[in-house]
Amino acid sequence: MKANPLSILTVLGHALTSRLERLGLAARFAFSVFGVLGVVFLRFSLIIRELYFSGVRSLSIVIVSGLFVGMVLAVQGYEVLQRYGSTEALGVIVALSLVRELGPVVTALLFAGRASSAVTAEIGLMRATDQLAAMDMMAVDPIARVIAPRFMAAVFSVPLLAALFSAAGVGGAWIIGVKLIGIDDGAFWSQMQASVDVRIDIVNGILKSVVFGVAVGLISVFEGYFAVPTAEGVSTATTRTVVTSSLTVLLLDLVLTVMMFRGLN
Amino acid sequence: MPEWRRIDMSNEQDIIKIEKVKFAYGERLILDDLSLTIRRGEIIAIMGASGGGKTTLLGLIGGRLAPRSGQVIVENQNVPTLSKSSLYALRRRIGMLFQFGALFTDLSVFDNVAFPYREQTDLSEDMIRALVLMKLEAVGLRGAAHLMPSELSGGMARRVALARAVTLDPSIMLYDEPFTGLDPISVGIIGRLIKRLNAALGMTSVIVTHDLNETLRLADRVVVLSGGKVHCDLAPDQIRASSDPFIRQFADGLPDGPVPFHYPAPDYIKDLLAP
Amino acid sequence: MNRSQFDLAVGAFVALGILALLFLAMKVGNLTGFDTGTAYVIEARFDNIGGLKVRAPVKSAGVVVGRVESISLDGETYEAVARLRISSAFRFSKDTIAIILTSGLLGEQYIGLEPGGVPEYLVQGDRVMKTQSAMVLEKLISQFLFNKAAETPGQTK
Repeated sequence: MKANPLSILTVLGHALTSRLERLGLAARFAFSVFGVLGVVFLRFSLIIRELYFSGVRSLSIVIVSGLFVGMVLAVQGYEVLQRYGSTEALGVIVALSLVRELGPVVTALLFAGRASSAVTAEIGLMRATDQLAAMDMMAVDPIARVIAPRFMAAVFSVPLLAALFSAAGVGGAWIIGVKLIGIDDGAFWSQMQASVDVRIDIVNGILKSVVFGVAVGLISVFEGYFAVPTAEGVSTATTRTVVTSSLTVLLLDLVLTVMMFRGLN
Repeated sequence: MPEWRRIDMSNEQDIIKIEKVKFAYGERLILDDLSLTIRRGEIIAIMGASGGGKTTLLGLIGGRLAPRSGQVIVENQNVPTLSKSSLYALRRRIGMLFQFGALFTDLSVFDNVAFPYREQTDLSEDMIRALVLMKLEAVGLRGAAHLMPSELSGGMARRVALARAVTLDPSIMLYDEPFTGLDPISVGIIGRLIKRLNAALGMTSVIVTHDLNETLRLADRVVVLSGGKVHCDLAPDQIRASSDPFIRQFADGLPDGPVPFHYPAPDYIKDLLAP
Repeated sequence: MNRSQFDLAVGAFVALGILALLFLAMKVGNLTGFDTGTAYVIEARFDNIGGLKVRAPVKSAGVVVGRVESISLDGETYEAVARLRISSAFRFSKDTIAIILTSGLLGEQYIGLEPGGVPEYLVQGDRVMKTQSAMVLEKLISQFLFNKAAETPGQTK
C-alpha cells in the first residue's frame, strides 16, 4: 500500500472528524444525563447502591495509597529540607502537596482504574446482552435507572475519597516524620496550620475533586453505554475509560491549578 | 405515576399497519417500500434470510428504530412521530421477548419479573408477590423464583423473560427468535406458551424466527421477507404445499436456490490461477 | 446484600469522608472560626511594605487578631496601602501604631499592632495614623557600613 500524502491526509482527517463526532455524541449524552438528575434523586436507594459499589469498595485502595504516598513525601521531603536546615517545614510541604494536588489527582486516577472501569464493563455488558434495550422496551428509561445513579455515585465519591487520601497522607507523613525521624510534633502541626489555608488550599482541592468526579463519572457511563455489543467491544470500552479518564483528569488538573493557584503572591 | 391510556380498539381490527416503509443502515437498504398489516388476535410469523430485516421490523414496531420513509402505525398511532412520553405509554401495552432473554443479571428471577410492577405501578409488595408468582406459575417456573439468571438454562431464562414480558398484560407481544439455540423440548414449551398466552390474554403476537416446523404449528399466518419486501404472506398449509422455489429452499433447508450458496466472488479458475 | 446493609456501609463511608474533611480543615488547616466571625477593615499606609503578603497575619502582642486583606499602591503619594481585616472581638485605640515585623530571623513578615491610650477606637474605614515600614535588608547593610565608616575617623577612602 503506497503511502502518498493525500491518503495520509485522508486518514488523519477522518480520525479527526470521527473524534469530533464522538465528542459531540458525548456532549449530547451528557445533557441527557443531566436532564434526568432531578428524577434520579427520587430514587435515592439506587444512588446509595452505586455509592457502595463505587465508593465504599474503593476505600481500601485509596486509604492505603494515601498512607504510602504521604510516607514517601515525608521521606523525600525530609531529605531535601534537611540540606537547608528547615525540617520543621516538612508538615507544610506534605500537607500542601496532598491537599492541593495529590489528593484530588491520584484519588481520581485510582477511582478511574478501579471503580470507573467496573462501571463501564457493567454497562457495556448490559448493552451487549440487550438488557438496556429490554429496559427501554419496558418503558423504563435506562438513562434514569442505570446511568444516572452511577454518575452521581462518582460525583459524590471522588471528593470524599480525596479527603480521605489527603488525611491518610498527612497521617503517614506524621508517622514517618514525627515518630520515626523525630521532628518535633508541635512544630509539625503548627507550621502546617499556619500555611495551609482552608479557603485557598482545602476548598480548592475539594472543588478540583468534584470536577474530576464529574468528568470521570461521565466518561465511564458514556463508554459503557456506547460500547460495541461484543466481548471485544466491552473490553475496548473499559480500557478506553481508564485511559481517557486519566488523561482528562490530568488535563483538567492543569487548567484548574492555573485558575486557582496562580496569583497567590 | 406513569401515563396510562385507554385506547378504544374495539372497532379496529388492524392493530399494526406498516405502510411503505424504507429502512437502511447507512447505504444498505434493508426494507424497501415494505407494507404489512397485522390483525388483532393473530399469531404472525416473520421469516426470511438472515439480515433480511426481520429484527428491524420488530425495532420499527417498538419504536427503537425510525424508518427513512413510510409510516409505522401501532394502535392508531404513528410510532416514529411519537414523543418520548407517548412512546413509553404505548410501550406499556407492548411486551417484547429478546433473543436470549435479556434478563437483568444482577436481579433474581423473582425481582426480574417484579421489575415492571415495581417500576410502573404503585402496587403493594404483597400484591406484587402474588402477581409475580402467578406469572411464574404460568410459565412453569414458580419454584425457580429465588434463582439468579446465571443459574438458569437457556430455555428457563427465556421462559422467565416471557413471564416478565407479559406482566402488564400487553396487547401486543413481539418475539425475537424465541426458539433459536434451544433443545427440542424447550422449543415445544415456548411454542405452547406463546399460543396459550396469546389466547388467554387476547394478544396479538409477532414472531421473528428461523424455526419453520414450530412456526407452522403455531402461527396463523407466515410472512416471508426477501429483498426488503414481502415475498409471500400465507397460511401454514399453503406454505407446506407451496412450489415457490424460495419457500421450498426455506422449508426443505436446501443449500442452494434463490438464496445463493456462494458469496459473490470472481471467476473460480481465474482466482486460482492468479499470479 | 439487602438495602439496609447498603445504607449502613454507605453511611459509614460518608461519615468517614466528612471526618476526613473536618480533620483536614481543623488539624491540617487553620479553620479556627476566626474567618467566619464579624470583622472590620482599617487602612495602614507604609513607605515600604517589604515582603508582606496578602493574608499575612495581623498580630497584637504576638496574638493573631486579623489578616491583611489587600495591598496596593497609592498612585499619587506612592505609599503602600494595606487594608487590614480585624476581628470585631478586638478594639484598638485611634493612636495605635502598625509595624511590619518579621517572624524569626528570616521568616514571613506580618503586621504588629501596638495600641496607644486614647479612649476612641478605630472603626471600619479608619486609617492607622502612625506606621513603621519594613526593614529592608539592603538598607540595613548600607546603614551598618555607613555607621562603621563614620566610627573610624581619619580614614579617608
